[in-house]
Amino acid sequence: MMSPTGDLTGGGGGSCGDEPRPEGTDTNPAFSALLEDSAEDLYENAPCGYLSTLMDGTIAKINTTLLDWLGYRRAELVGCRRITDLLTVGGRMYYETHLAPMLAMHGEVGGVALELRGANGSRLPVLATSVVKTGPDGTAQLIRTTVFDATDRRAYEQELLRARRDAEDAREAADRERDRVQKLATTLQRSLLPPQLPRVPGMRIAAYYHPASADEVGGDFYDLFPLRGDAWGFFLGDVSGKGATAAAVTSLTRYTLRAAAVYDPDPIAVLDNLNTVLHHRYRRDEPRFCTVVYGSLTPTDTGFGLTLATGGHTPAVLIRADGATSLIEAPGGMLVGAFPTATFVTVEVQLLPGDSLLFYTDGLTEARTGGRERFSEEQLRHHIAALGPVDASTLIADLTDLLTAFGDGVDDDTALLALSIPPTEGPRP
Amino acid sequence: MGSMSVRDRNNVVVTGVDDGPTLLLAHGFGCDQNLWRLVAPELAREFRVVLFDHVGAGKSDLSAWTPERYSSLTGYAEDLVEICDELDLREVVLVGHSVSAMIAVLAVNQAPKRFAKLVLLTPSPRYIDDGDYRGGFSRADIDELLESLDSNYLGWSASMAPVIMGNPERPELGEELTDSFCRTDPVIARVFAQATFLSDNRADLPDVGVPTLVIQTAQDAIAPPGVGAFVHAQIPGSALVTLDAIGHCPQLSAPQATAAAIAAFARS
Repeated sequence: MMSPTGDLTGGGGGSCGDEPRPEGTDTNPAFSALLEDSAEDLYENAPCGYLSTLMDGTIAKINTTLLDWLGYRRAELVGCRRITDLLTVGGRMYYETHLAPMLAMHGEVGGVALELRGANGSRLPVLATSVVKTGPDGTAQLIRTTVFDATDRRAYEQELLRARRDAEDAREAADRERDRVQKLATTLQRSLLPPQLPRVPGMRIAAYYHPASADEVGGDFYDLFPLRGDAWGFFLGDVSGKGATAAAVTSLTRYTLRAAAVYDPDPIAVLDNLNTVLHHRYRRDEPRFCTVVYGSLTPTDTGFGLTLATGGHTPAVLIRADGATSLIEAPGGMLVGAFPTATFVTVEVQLLPGDSLLFYTDGLTEARTGGRERFSEEQLRHHIAALGPVDASTLIADLTDLLTAFGDGVDDDTALLALSIPPTEGPRP
Repeated sequence: MGSMSVRDRNNVVVTGVDDGPTLLLAHGFGCDQNLWRLVAPELAREFRVVLFDHVGAGKSDLSAWTPERYSSLTGYAEDLVEICDELDLREVVLVGHSVSAMIAVLAVNQAPKRFAKLVLLTPSPRYIDDGDYRGGFSRADIDELLESLDSNYLGWSASMAPVIMGNPERPELGEELTDSFCRTDPVIARVFAQATFLSDNRADLPDVGVPTLVIQTAQDAIAPPGVGAFVHAQIPGSALVTLDAIGHCPQLSAPQATAAAIAAFARS
């Protein structure tokens, strides 16, 4: 039993002086009377529940507070019911598998969340703390438990858990949506690029497309296709902007170029037609334009004759059979679609055995290398010059590796298209 | 793929007499090998005592836990056999407590050659009542238990709250947990509880082909005496001991009597 005055020693309000007071005395009888400081009352009407159980769980003592909470009469519990009878099934299981072992091993357990069952079946969420009282010989005699009403805390926890579940659901939904968007972007992207390039007799062709983002469709494009006779047309370009709107422009550009080339394969005529279509389509909206190279290839006795028209696009790199490199530009070519009329010029190139030609978009030449430096057309030319004579697939494989090495430095889509004429057999003159 | 050692995976601890008969002690749901703390020293005087933590419990390798393997008792039984294989334990007296009693039954039926005897401590082959069979719980009871585990409102929420809430600002809470007795990861506990309390291993009992001792307590809220009697009746030639002890964990509430019963049977 606790000492009847222990809790109040030295606690007299208004007289908390330095004077030591004999044990068990109180200098303020009015204060003392107000507190009704009997141990009995402190126990029975404490603001928390008290429960004493024998080691087999039989309820030996319970205070009025807890009886009131649970709606039991003392006689219904003391000496005849066990603590597990007051617990939910889960609580009983937990008591047997966790609490009883912990009490046996440690002699105490604190802050355990449980649900008590009231006489009418109602549930009372509580936080319980138990200690084992041992006898003089050290054997466990009974378990004392304090019980605090945790209804509010439980409601709060429930809210936290619900909020957490909602957050998890939202994250999963966002992940699913992202997957869906990526799948859509990939499908759309694929539809804007040729599934595979045709085989052109006497020429090797390789291409690579590097999307800067899995979430967005890029605006770069290329294609190579047969024209009348044994001639071939090809193009590579870059539409302004990104995403769905850019994809729509890309689509329009691709099909306009293909159709225009069938109608009149002259490269300047092809770009003129594209300019008219783009400008007409987008003049009332936000202006849309593109840079593009268009070329037509005609087989010759020794290789291919190439007529190239450029609309504001980066120069191509020509690698001759001896490894010499040069930039192929058609100066004066304007952006396509930006103005009602645009001027384009052509340039003629003879492709001979062992020669290669690279077309690319500025995702490659504007990639950041290492720090803030950007790769440049000059550096690209040096890089290619160091390779020596190469064929189309070797060149594309090398540049694919280069893009991979740039990693995050490539912040724009990149399209690469390479053409090469196989070297002739035997020693060359 | 390199496989981790079973010894590490299950935090296997070997104590006792090197050349003594081997006792392999398997802890039940909710705790770890600490549960044998009061009986292991006694048994170690005469036997080689092998302790371990089920994957997901105690100091086992949590990374080895997958819901696929550990959503049924078979996965745990396979682990038991793997422990015997890796340590090359023979003539093992296998002691399974609580749900590990049924895990032990499955292990013995899986690899009968490894095991000499079987001790089932407060076993239950089926917690849910079924026709005339009285497991002690209704399906609704068990559903409620699993639901309360789901919502984490049982006692473990108190100790597990920091983990559940993932509170990086208060790492000391996590540390305290690491040291605590019988710690349980809530996700693992839920899957283990489902495997435990929904399993029905009654049909496995008649297949047990090694001498078996069933130990129950006079009063057990999880595996009532009638269930122990059922297990005894179903395993051919088994013996039944009812300890004058309370609760589901006699190795804690009556360690001497429990150790004595295990030792006497292992020795016989």
